[in-house]
Amino acid sequence: MSLKIEQDHNRFKQIIKGRIKRELRKYMSKGEMIGKKGKDLVSIPLPQIDLPHFKYGTRKTGGVGQGEGQSGQSIGQGDPEDGDGHGHAGNLPGHHIEEVDITLEELAQILGEELELPNILPKGRKNVQATKDKYNGITRAGPESLRHFKRTYKQALRREISSGTYNPARPIIPTREDKRYRSWKEIPAPERNAVIIYVMDVSGSMGDEQKEIVRIESFWIDTWLRHQYGGIDSRYIIHDATAKEVDSDTFYKTRESGGTLISSAYKLAAKLIEQSYPADEWNTYVFHFSDGDNWSGNDTAECMKILETRVLPKVNLFCYGQVESEYGSGQFYGELEEYFGAKENLTLSKIEDKDAIYQSIKDFLGKGK
Amino acid sequence: MAEALPPYLMKDAERIANVARSYGLDFYDTIFQILDYDELNMVAAYGGFPTRYPHWRFGMEYEALAKSYQFGLSKIYEMVINTNPSYAYLMKGNTDMDQRLVMAHVYGHVDFFKHNVYFAHTNRKMVDEMANHATRVRRTVDKIGIERVEDFIDACLSIENLIDRHSVGIKRRRDKRGEFETPDDSVLVPAKMKAKSYMDKFINPKEFLDAQQKKIDDDRRKARRFPEEPVRDVMLFLLENAPLEAWEQDILEIVRDEAYYFSPQGMTKICNEGYASYWHSKLMTQHILTPNEFIDYADHHSGTLASSSGRLNPYKLGIELLRDIEDRWNKGKFGKDYDECRDMVELKMWDKKLGLGREKIFEVRKLHNDVTLIDEFLTPEFAINQKLFTYDYNKNTNSYEIRDREFQKVKQRLLFMLTNHGQPFIRVIDGNFENRGELLLQHQHEGIDLDPDYCKDTLRNLHAIWRRPVNIETAGEGKRLLLSFDGKDYKEKELSQMQLL
Repeated sequence: MSLKIEQDHNRFKQIIKGRIKRELRKYMSKGEMIGKKGKDLVSIPLPQIDLPHFKYGTRKTGGVGQGEGQSGQSIGQGDPEDGDGHGHAGNLPGHHIEEVDITLEELAQILGEELELPNILPKGRKNVQATKDKYNGITRAGPESLRHFKRTYKQALRREISSGTYNPARPIIPTREDKRYRSWKEIPAPERNAVIIYVMDVSGSMGDEQKEIVRIESFWIDTWLRHQYGGIDSRYIIHDATAKEVDSDTFYKTRESGGTLISSAYKLAAKLIEQSYPADEWNTYVFHFSDGDNWSGNDTAECMKILETRVLPKVNLFCYGQVESEYGSGQFYGELEEYFGAKENLTLSKIEDKDAIYQSIKDFLGKGK
Repeated sequence: MAEALPPYLMKDAERIANVARSYGLDFYDTIFQILDYDELNMVAAYGGFPTRYPHWRFGMEYEALAKSYQFGLSKIYEMVINTNPSYAYLMKGNTDMDQRLVMAHVYGHVDFFKHNVYFAHTNRKMVDEMANHATRVRRTVDKIGIERVEDFIDACLSIENLIDRHSVGIKRRRDKRGEFETPDDSVLVPAKMKAKSYMDKFINPKEFLDAQQKKIDDDRRKARRFPEEPVRDVMLFLLENAPLEAWEQDILEIVRDEAYYFSPQGMTKICNEGYASYWHSKLMTQHILTPNEFIDYADHHSGTLASSSGRLNPYKLGIELLRDIEDRWNKGKFGKDYDECRDMVELKMWDKKLGLGREKIFEVRKLHNDVTLIDEFLTPEFAINQKLFTYDYNKNTNSYEIRDREFQKVKQRLLFMLTNHGQPFIRVIDGNFENRGELLLQHQHEGIDLDPDYCKDTLRNLHAIWRRPVNIETAGEGKRLLLSFDGKDYKEKELSQMQLL
């Protein structure tokens, strides 16, 4: 049954997504997107729009509370929408923004729903169909190595009791007919192995803010892809003028400096794919984040060549996300666009600021590749 | 959609109503309906009404309620609206004990609605009124288009708090009927008493005449001012004077009507919730509960009254205050003798066995709002027992910290938070500012600055209604400021302390 409020609700959702009434978005309160708590819990903020009105600056107003505590003791962090805008005595329960603990699995579903992401069709399902043996049956004949000891013993016991030869003092001896063996069935299981290769430019021009964007965006991409595939490998490559593979911790924290040779990273990525992830067994995703400032035109040309011959034919999706930075020229985006045009498994996206992450994730994963 | 109560709950409702009446509660007929959680969330988002005009903010409320229900964070147990007959909603699937608890609570609310003086002016047929509003807005939307209508509603909502909460009980404006309009060019002199010429300067002394003349001149000047007296009901002023199209006027009126309808509920949060909790606790524990329900009841009741991390819970503060009042009036802990007694032991043991508690509670529910309740009944002993404290924001640690527990400060702060619903006082000073048809508002600064960003954006919305430049006189960081928005740019001008506007 549809509710009358659906209409208002849809309108609100569209405002939040920035489709209509964009001017209202500046009143939107939003927390950080990642709030990984404990093992795989995360807090989801509820977007709220607070229409402007004449009100007291919240920060300076204190209030009255109730409870134990010494003078000077802290009772809460600043800025969590205090005063709930109505200036009631204290905060009413349920009126401020709730932080919700949910699991990553739920989160991914919500993400898919919110971004209207299509489910990913595993690449070349027919070709990659592997069979898996599953031991779930019993037979009367088989190799001794698969003998089911418990069943065999039971069968022997049953026989002896029913034929009246059972004697507790003597051991039970199974005959040939008593023996039972494990049997297996071949179950066709589509291999859904996937690998994500994250590549990040860590040259001098990538600042903390840019990295923050990359961090948030790759978190969400990771969440979604993990939701789609059973097992996932993640590989991390950072590059400035040279590229190296690192662990995830280093990936997010490193700040190198120096020039940028994007080709170095592409070479390394191509090598990884060729060595460990053959295209007929793996769904490969490559995400490259950079501010788009490559050192020279020659190198850019080489990048195109590597992409065209060694990377694109082998991956489900190659995504290039260009993070806006003060220093980067951002040329690389245009060059990719020019060289490849609209290629099916290449996606480009510009990420100007944190707000643009939303759209960018949609650009990347919206094709359902 | 809404279901009527099943017969056995209907019987329970009747039983609870009878017990409540036996205590002297007197409420409108109350119609209980059962809704599933989705519908309940919807009705709650609509502020308790089955239909409202189309606007995204209801969708926002709905989303917040629905999400927090889905994740198991909160659920609505009770909702009741101030109408006659009164409608109350129960959630399908709650335990029967919960439903009975809610009913007891609801009867408390409805009694409060019926008798509290601040609700006296409210429209008790508001369900119909809201539906009418919805129809009017929908019709306008069909004609004008959702975008423009919604934008205008946004602008109106932005000044929704600029109403005169007490105007419904006070005559603010002089009745103009029967007064002559004096033409502007005439010369007015004070009337003189008849006197012989040699007596004239004694009978009509010059000082008196000058004072009279000054008064006349002042009155004249005032009459030229527009509005004559500062107007607190900014929405009304705009409704009467802004160059609005008919549909815009209609919408502004709707938003204003609804703001006035909801206003007393905001003003009596502590009283009302405290009163309803007082009664549900009394009725349930003494009459309705069966022994096997006690644990669940206690769990639910304490959940309602819990104050998390030092925050003030109106349910808790309200019920404790009422119980304190009941106790004090039962024992006669009031009046001259009690106030002047300095013997702590005697004070503690004070009991004149007056038994006036119940009566006093009914009086409180009739006459008080949150401000007057706190002002009159918050005692130092109560503040200590309830562990009240004031807190402040500490810039260095970015956190709120407990300041102190001194009674006067607690009370003062509490009153400040509640006065005018915690909203700044803002009034219209001049509708023809600078003789250019600009609007001038004045913020009566009480030591706390307005939020500057919100202030700017509100000016923008005001401009959308007034259509001419809008100004507000306020203060920021100790300086007197005049903030202006002329449709394109914001201007901020510092005023000297003495400058008149």
